[in-house]
Amino acid sequence: MARYLLVRILQSLVLLVLVSLIGFAVLHLAPGGPLAQFALIPGMSQADIARIAAQMGLDRPLPIQYWEWFSRLLIGDWGHSYRDSQPVLAVISAHLPATLELMISALFIAVVLGVWIGVMGAVRRYSVFDSLATIGAMIALSIPTFWFGLVVIYLFSVKLGWLPAGSRFTIGDGSFLDYVHHLIGPALVLALVEVAIWSRYMRASMLDAISQDYIRTAQAKGLPRRIVLLRHALRNALLPMITLAGLELPTLLGGALVTETVFTWPGMGRLFLDSLSYRDYPVVMGLLTFSALLVLFGNLLADLCCALADPRIRLT
Amino acid sequence: MTDTKRQKVGILAAGLAPNRRRLMAMGLGAGALVWSGPRLGWLVQAEASTPPAKPTGQIIIGLSQEPTVFHPLRLHIEVDEGVYFNLFSALWRVDPQGNFLPDLAAEIPTLANGGISEDGLQWRVKLRDNVKWHDGTPFTADDVKFNLDLINNPKFAAGRRAGHELVKDIKVVSPTEITWRMEHAYAPYPSILSWTFLVPKHLLEKASDPNNTPEFLAHPVGTGAFTWVERVPGDHIALAAYSGYHGGGPYVERLIFKYVPDLTVLYTQFQTGEIDYIGIQGITPDHYAEAKTLKDRVVTPVPQPFVENIAFNTGLPVFKDRAVREALYYALDKKSIIEQIYYGLPSPIESFLPPQSWAFNPNLPKHEFNLEKAKQLLTDAGWVPGSDGVRAKDGVRLEFTNSTTAGNHVREQAQQLLQQNWQEIGAKMNISNLPPAVMWGDYWMKSKFESAMVGIDFMVGPDPDATDYFSSRSIGAKGNSGQNTTQYDNPEVDALLQQGASTVDVEKRKVAYQKMQEFTRRDLPYLPIFQYTMVQGVKGKLEGFAPNVNVQENCWNANTWYWAT
Repeated sequence: MARYLLVRILQSLVLLVLVSLIGFAVLHLAPGGPLAQFALIPGMSQADIARIAAQMGLDRPLPIQYWEWFSRLLIGDWGHSYRDSQPVLAVISAHLPATLELMISALFIAVVLGVWIGVMGAVRRYSVFDSLATIGAMIALSIPTFWFGLVVIYLFSVKLGWLPAGSRFTIGDGSFLDYVHHLIGPALVLALVEVAIWSRYMRASMLDAISQDYIRTAQAKGLPRRIVLLRHALRNALLPMITLAGLELPTLLGGALVTETVFTWPGMGRLFLDSLSYRDYPVVMGLLTFSALLVLFGNLLADLCCALADPRIRLT
Repeated sequence: MTDTKRQKVGILAAGLAPNRRRLMAMGLGAGALVWSGPRLGWLVQAEASTPPAKPTGQIIIGLSQEPTVFHPLRLHIEVDEGVYFNLFSALWRVDPQGNFLPDLAAEIPTLANGGISEDGLQWRVKLRDNVKWHDGTPFTADDVKFNLDLINNPKFAAGRRAGHELVKDIKVVSPTEITWRMEHAYAPYPSILSWTFLVPKHLLEKASDPNNTPEFLAHPVGTGAFTWVERVPGDHIALAAYSGYHGGGPYVERLIFKYVPDLTVLYTQFQTGEIDYIGIQGITPDHYAEAKTLKDRVVTPVPQPFVENIAFNTGLPVFKDRAVREALYYALDKKSIIEQIYYGLPSPIESFLPPQSWAFNPNLPKHEFNLEKAKQLLTDAGWVPGSDGVRAKDGVRLEFTNSTTAGNHVREQAQQLLQQNWQEIGAKMNISNLPPAVMWGDYWMKSKFESAMVGIDFMVGPDPDATDYFSSRSIGAKGNSGQNTTQYDNPEVDALLQQGASTVDVEKRKVAYQKMQEFTRRDLPYLPIFQYTMVQGVKGKLEGFAPNVNVQENCWNANTWYWAT
């Protein structure tokens, strides 16, 4: 087990270096740079821009710039944002709570509803409920989040006035209920897609479990249907869900680009978009490294959890 | 809000009357019909209500970009300046008419009061003696010297250095008086100083690296009407009223800058009342008609210093010929662009200067949409149609690309309209748009484009000096520093620009700039299309805001804003 962990971690490190190298190259190969946005600012001269580029070190060869970034990362210095000069880790951690709040609530709704719909759909296969759930999931998956978010705002904020039109809290209020009030809209919009995904996976996995021999055996022994489904089938059907949850971890912390933009949610997704459009290289690289870490960690965690949950799986 | 008021504001916006504040001062703004409940009916209520005795309430300003740089001398974008105007002070500020108003200075140095010498080289600035930084430390002439030195410190990543580089021999005469010598006379310098916000010496002088002042960036200290409270990254910035402010106001307890990245969502939050004021970009033109009908909101189109142009790269053979540029101007359907694409909001213009500038020349020839004249001009100049209808002369085809920021749908529509207009006279325009970071990088700055659709504020703040855009010594593609990206080269214009920038006599400057506008109108390195108009949205009871074409953002006087009771 320890050996397995060690090998996995070493593999992850190599992957991390590769990811950062490719990310850095792609980012810098894209034309334009952090200073282009200043070109049209009244009173900015070309001489000012050239001087600042030199001061920021943007005029040096790329390999040197990469090595500098990487060697600093090794000693724990993630660099400073070009936009607000704050340390990259501080920038990321300032945006994490908003994303966690949104994603955890959305995922909670999604898992509870998704698992329930999936199980019900599998148990009553081809019933009216199953068909409705299937059609619903297809619709939910194909609705653009951007459009759906605006519809929710238009309906519940502008027309009905029930929900606030975005933001995480009312400036000057900030009570618990105020937070919850603001959370409803974006969490529902985000949960819609997630419910669809989880219910589809759950249904497939549950169907697979129900058709197994041991279920038939259990039923033949005369066990109550409820016990058979919940204790025998569901437990086994949940196993692939652990892998799915592991894959969801980066999304959980990476935020939702579109939903966060529509609902003015100051989370990681927005940070990524903003940093990209301002060509804030240190923050983009920081976010890239951070999400690569999460992907690797999420996968490792899922593999470990699977082994714990299912004694048949051996990690070597 | 009644219709009366909305109409009045509409007239003001059309530029027929002075700004709202002055109108009120003249006593014309008083009185509007107010519905006071079913029993009382409509009552005439004095509208120019007075600000409260002590700061009351909060104002939430919605911005579609996020202010992130809180050291005003560092590299920053326009949206950051909205915060600076309220957190910091400059020596003086500019009012909507282009006059300087003393801020940290006790008076504006001029030739008349001896503040500036006849030759424009010796400067003497007298300062207020009652200004304190937000932490209680008195503001003195040493602070001014520190700021000028910091901008010119080679190690410091200063945003703008133009103009400041000329300042030499700074002497602190007394805590309220400072003198310096200019290397040569430079007329735009007072304008540059009006947007040079000063930072405290006592908090920054100890930093060994002037670029590494995390303490100050996280908790900036200024002399403005509001003090720093907090920044929630990606969400908002909160400022609080400063009781020791040396100027008028402030009349609200808190000023909040809220970041809402999507313009449609920004408008929706204004609609639902979560935002009191839409700053910088304003309401998008497609929402203008609907916004006007909103209850309890004042929606006003406000002229801006930006002019929308077609820029020609005159370094290319196809655009070298003035007849081509002139013909393309005749074939440009300005009216349709403004009315059909921009909802009739902006106003057509012939100059690179907005009509609000003191140097604006109102007598330039008016543009005429005339396809026949355009064709005639081209034929006379020797451009004859080929087999595919595209004209050519000496092997040069009248075919070129036009570029602008990709994803700007309004501009893309205007481009398509131009494409049709110009096709009719035998000019082939291909659209090739690029993402902003590419478009305005070397592609623009080093004149690698063919023609571009671009909105530019050619002025230096309120100053009409456009040397950076029109002088032949500002051509980036020829290794100079400057933004003469059209590669416009006219010795007479060079001389006039030189004349305008090197005298401090306003009348002489005016003559030079008016003459210069005749040249740019004749030579057309840029085809001027229209002056931008921003649709400003304010809650009905929020008083005191005033549009100002001389600043890049519209929170310049938030210290005088208040909630009417």
